Amino acid sequence: MKAPDFDYVRVRSLDEALAALAAHGEGARILAGGQSLVPALNLRLLAPEILVDIGGIADLSGIALADGTIRIGAMTRHADLERSPEIARHVPLLARAVREIGHPAIRNRGTIGGSLAHADPASELPACVLALEARIVARGPSGERTIAASDFFRGLYETALGPDEILVRIEIPAAAAGERFAFHELARRHGDYAMAGIAALARDTGAATLRIAYFGIGSRPMLAAGAAAALRDHGASEAGAAAAVRALGADLEPQSDLQASAALRMHLAGVLLRRALKDLFPDAAGGREEEIA
Amino acid sequence: MTTEITIELDINGRSETLTLDPRVTLLDALREHLGLTGTKKGCDQGQCGACTVHVDGARVLSCLTLAAQAAGRPVTTIEGLSAPGGELHPVQAAFLEHDAFQCGYCTPGQIMSAVACIREGHAGSDEEIREYMAGNLCRCGAYPHIVAAVRQAAEMAS
Ligand SMILES: Cc1cc2nc3c(=O)[nH]c(=O)nc-3n(C[C@H](O)[C@H](O)[C@H](O)COP(=O)(O)OP(=O)(O)OC[C@H]3O[C@@H](n4cnc5c(N)ncnc54)[C@H](O)[C@@H]3O)c2cc1C
Ligand code: FES
Ligand code: FES
Repeated sequence: MKAPDFDYVRVRSLDEALAALAAHGEGARILAGGQSLVPALNLRLLAPEILVDIGGIADLSGIALADGTIRIGAMTRHADLERSPEIARHVPLLARAVREIGHPAIRNRGTIGGSLAHADPASELPACVLALEARIVARGPSGERTIAASDFFRGLYETALGPDEILVRIEIPAAAAGERFAFHELARRHGDYAMAGIAALARDTGAATLRIAYFGIGSRPMLAAGAAAALRDHGASEAGAAAAVRALGADLEPQSDLQASAALRMHLAGVLLRRALKDLFPDAAGGREEEIA
Repeated sequence: MTTEITIELDINGRSETLTLDPRVTLLDALREHLGLTGTKKGCDQGQCGACTVHVDGARVLSCLTLAAQAAGRPVTTIEGLSAPGGELHPVQAAFLEHDAFQCGYCTPGQIMSAVACIREGHAGSDEEIREYMAGNLCRCGAYPHIVAAVRQAAEMAS
């Protein structure tokens, strides 16, 4: 046993979970799939007093479509997203991205709520929900509140969730006719966390609604608003693509680590953007492939 | 001080009641508390797949699952894949036939993963098998024989 001492409680309802959080304050931690939390405990990066296992709360999982919105319960496993016909049809970006998360055994336990709450900057799903303009619904002592994905990720492993709150579901506008997405990531080995990745979405056939999100670049997933504006202004032509790649300099705050330097990450961001544009606007010239080296 | 918890585990169709420190993983419960040492500990961090077992019929890493999280759910380990003294599971037989190991340390995890991979319908081609078995590392590099074994077992199952 490597983890520091902790108590464990398996709750049956959200109210029970909220009561446990209220009773233990910062000493409590939600346990969802455990695919990030258990390794962190074993490495003694965290020392919670008590784990509140929400795996037994039945109404926290599931995928439902109503009024043009897809609602995904926080405990929905990555593997459920991967296999869901609703996700494939109405949120194809998520269906594509989830296949890149770790390996099948990890996807059988890891959850979407855990991935968003954990907010690893190299994770795929946080960038996807940014591109998708998702709403993240949290429940706390005073009820539910909805947080726009663009307000949710605050920094390295840091989110807008309070210690007394539970992420309960994610709401995503279902794909409209003509909607297109692009998703690419660069990792040293397939299945590893990305060294750099992009998730982009255009709600219609033009560049007007384009949203470009990056992961693995900075301390949190980021929207490249300047690059999207450049493409709106210039279109997806070669000139537009070049302006967009230039705009990334102001949009992103790349970080250096053992995997890659900040300069390499900035270069990769440009390469990924061109690849994404090629998928999104196959007829425009702006998707010219650039050599990595 | 941690409060011990009492849980009921359903391992290979047998019910086992254990009183444990809540920190005990399913992997340690199997190996240290139940003497089921077929499930191996490689990394204890989710990186190698040696500890793969099935919970509710799906492959999971027992090193990243607390024993308490598996309480009340059917768990299958390599020991439970075929009846003692009975015929080998087709995937076990295929591993033998193809010599899909050297030291054998990764083998129980490979076999549990392969059984699930075939059941999931992800063993249609060598490429697909490599992709969906990628979470199971083999330090001896027996990969070509592992892929051949999984391929044969998948063809027999279909
Ligand atoms: C070898 C390996 C490779 C991996 N590769 C990738 C990868 O390539 N990409 C990727 O994105 N992920 C990867 N993961 C992580 C995996 O996706 C995790 O499943 C995910 O990051 C966390 O989800 P979880 O359900 O396991 O959460 P847990 O580990 O249970 O929890 C993670 C954190 O979130 C909090 N939390 C969980 N649920 C909630 C909630 N509903 N409300 C509030 N707080 C909550 C917990 O308290 C904890 O702090 C990998 C993991 C491993 C072990
Ligand atoms: S021991 Fe569990 S993945 Fe290595
Ligand atoms: S046979 Fe030795 S690690 Fe795979």
